Amino acid sequence: MDLALAPETLARWQFGITTVYHFLFVPLTISLAALTAGLQTAWVRTENEKYLRATKFWGKLFLINIAMGVVTGIVQEFQFGMNWSDYSRFVGDIFGAPLAFEALIAFFFESTFIGLWIFGWDKLPKKIHLACIWMVSIGTILSAYFILAANSWMQHPVGYRINKARGRAELTDFWAVLTQNTALAQAFHTLTACFLTGGAFMVGIAAFHLFRKKHVPVMKTSLRLGLITVVIAGMLTAISGDTLGKVMFKQQPMKMAAAEALWDGQKSAPFSVFAYGDVSKGHNTVELSVPGVLSFLADDNFNSYVPGINDTNKAEQAKYGPGDYRPIIPVTFWAFRWMIGFGMASFAIGLLGLWLTRKKFMLPQHLRVGEDEVPHLVLFRNKALNPKLSRLYWLVAIWTLGFPLIANSWGWIFTEMGRQPWVVYGVLQTRHAVSPGVSQAEVLTSMITFTALYAILAVVEVKLLVKYVKAGPPELTEADLNPPTKIGGDSRDADKPMAFSY
Amino acid sequence: MQLHDVWFVLIAVLWTGYFFLEGFDFGVGILTGLLARDRPEKRVLINTIGPVWDANEVWLLSAGGATFAAFPEWYATLFSGFYLPLLLILVCLIVRGVAFEYRAKRPEENWQRNWETAIFWTSLLPAFLWGVAFGNIVRGVKIDKNFEYVGNVWDLLNPYALLGGLVTLTLFTFHGAVFTALKTVGDIRERARKLALKVGLVAAALALVFLLWTQVDSGDAKSLVALVVAVAALVAALVANQAGREGWSFALSGVTIVAAVAMLFLSLFPNVMPSSLNGDWSLTVTNASSSPYTLKIMTWCAGIATPIVLLYQGWTYWVFRKRIGTQHLAEAAH
Repeated sequence: MDLALAPETLARWQFGITTVYHFLFVPLTISLAALTAGLQTAWVRTENEKYLRATKFWGKLFLINIAMGVVTGIVQEFQFGMNWSDYSRFVGDIFGAPLAFEALIAFFFESTFIGLWIFGWDKLPKKIHLACIWMVSIGTILSAYFILAANSWMQHPVGYRINKARGRAELTDFWAVLTQNTALAQAFHTLTACFLTGGAFMVGIAAFHLFRKKHVPVMKTSLRLGLITVVIAGMLTAISGDTLGKVMFKQQPMKMAAAEALWDGQKSAPFSVFAYGDVSKGHNTVELSVPGVLSFLADDNFNSYVPGINDTNKAEQAKYGPGDYRPIIPVTFWAFRWMIGFGMASFAIGLLGLWLTRKKFMLPQHLRVGEDEVPHLVLFRNKALNPKLSRLYWLVAIWTLGFPLIANSWGWIFTEMGRQPWVVYGVLQTRHAVSPGVSQAEVLTSMITFTALYAILAVVEVKLLVKYVKAGPPELTEADLNPPTKIGGDSRDADKPMAFSY
Repeated sequence: MQLHDVWFVLIAVLWTGYFFLEGFDFGVGILTGLLARDRPEKRVLINTIGPVWDANEVWLLSAGGATFAAFPEWYATLFSGFYLPLLLILVCLIVRGVAFEYRAKRPEENWQRNWETAIFWTSLLPAFLWGVAFGNIVRGVKIDKNFEYVGNVWDLLNPYALLGGLVTLTLFTFHGAVFTALKTVGDIRERARKLALKVGLVAAALALVFLLWTQVDSGDAKSLVALVVAVAALVAALVANQAGREGWSFALSGVTIVAAVAMLFLSLFPNVMPSSLNGDWSLTVTNASSSPYTLKIMTWCAGIATPIVLLYQGWTYWVFRKRIGTQHLAEAAH
């Protein structure tokens, strides 16, 4: 059969397309839930109306986004059975449990309290309504943890044994699956990256309005919140990424070598900035690298030995039998760079922004502005940036909102493709994981269907986001400022319209 | 009773929860095409399920995830075997969720009408297809000795399964109609009750034939009890509906769904997916289940989580207990 259209290839493409697409919405959902909850908390505590307007504005964008996250998540739940039935049979005893936990604990939480939050403005007292969005936020984070623990088990299987009689892997220690260092590092890294994404989203949109001098008080608060989120989350993403890299170096040496296109093992291994090579011959023809840095990244020591692709391949052949145990090197090499590059670029732009828009710290009196004025961008002590540079910063800040999304996507492509040919590292190869009974035509049908549907929905979603971004924060109504005191709403008028309806 | 038997029951409970809850919101979606006279009435219908449809749907994700964890072989055979119908259901659920959330987010009439059409069809198709799927599970499909489904998509469209599809379609529509009567005020409430009578009678006739067919094929004494309860509850629901006792009518239509699903699972046990080719190749609670250790962990999780879920989900219904009519919908609510 033509390899390009083999069911395995198609199933992998489908998984890649649906998962990367799903993960465009997930980080925004996780971070915007918490950020919206933070803004609403500020409203409840201070009764400053700008926080309520900000809550409504970001809450709306959050809802447009979570709708897509929820519906694309349904596919994820069933895709394992549809396209990867042999995988499901082999690992279901282990892999199914965190998925079921995710549904029973996290999904119910999220979906129930999101309904209460959306429709609850005039039905729930202020504090209970606030608690609902925090419940949603907790649900999103729990959900992330369970599914990342499941994924970590694929990267580094622990707490299991092989049952030869039943031809499958069986769980022996669930606690180990939930708390192994891979799961902890991966959850830490993914969650911080999620907040980097949400922070940059906020920065970009707030910059868009401030650049046009619109909705200044709300957007200034949002910009500030966004920038602080970007800086803290960006720093933590880098730290957690470093931790995860060290875990990966020990657990999946091939992935580390492939990330660096390090063909032959060496001491003081270099970090490659750019490389172009010949996969069939197993070496790079052009390379620009910094000596010792890879050794340091992998093992905290500039002189450590890092095994290369060729030696790791030989070692795996000796261990697992004949075969090619190399992932697609150019993909892993570049994916690793795009991930770090775009992620750290958004961090740098955020850090710069936090400094440029500082309120008082080392800022002379004449450059400080009032509540409803756009901040001056001040790089050095006494002078605001000239208009051209200011304009440039605002534009760059607007574009930043896309950077973490790109970084996240490449991060997943890197970690999943870097594990190939394994689906569960060292235990099950991807080619043995597909559904034997599903025909090429069926996989092709579902792949085309999902891709087309997702493409249409992307257009719909982005247009809707743009509409609501441009509209800016809503004016508050009488009802907004007088929330009910009783659960179910105060029954002052039986025919009073609902505060929110579909 | 061993753990895999407990899990057979729990999977049945999750599916029952799904059909009970999403059953009426599928029904309400179908009524947007059958009952609503104008667009404001469609909006009323959509808003009766607005705060709850998403959490109702999670029962499906839980049933799916729990099947994966407790009966991996069942999960693998079912979803790879019923590939194309499942694909259609997934597409419907995706479009349906987006339709609810996005319909009111733009004021243009065309935009809203398109999403309303989508809500009707994406409620109707899964309501029918789940019945077809369960009909096939109970009847048995072509499963070979490796637990692989070896039939094709046309094999799934047999008379028994198609009848099962019509049963779920009409039963969910009835369930949705009595829910509408319970949750709305004004003219639409009266018409919902009238429609409930008509749809309920059709559902009763179809369900009776389908359940008797099941009983003759694979039933025992226990499933017979469930059958009697299902049919009696449906008749009682119709009577309550005629008497204007809307709460009772909804509760009883719920009992019908619970009993009908129970009957299907009772006639299935101890199989989970019988093979029509060879009885030895059937998936059973023993050969399809996970290890006792996994089942034990899962039992703890489900045992603690499910009652809590029922509590807070039930609370949601209490918060949104007020009936709604067109007067409650603000003009520019997008």
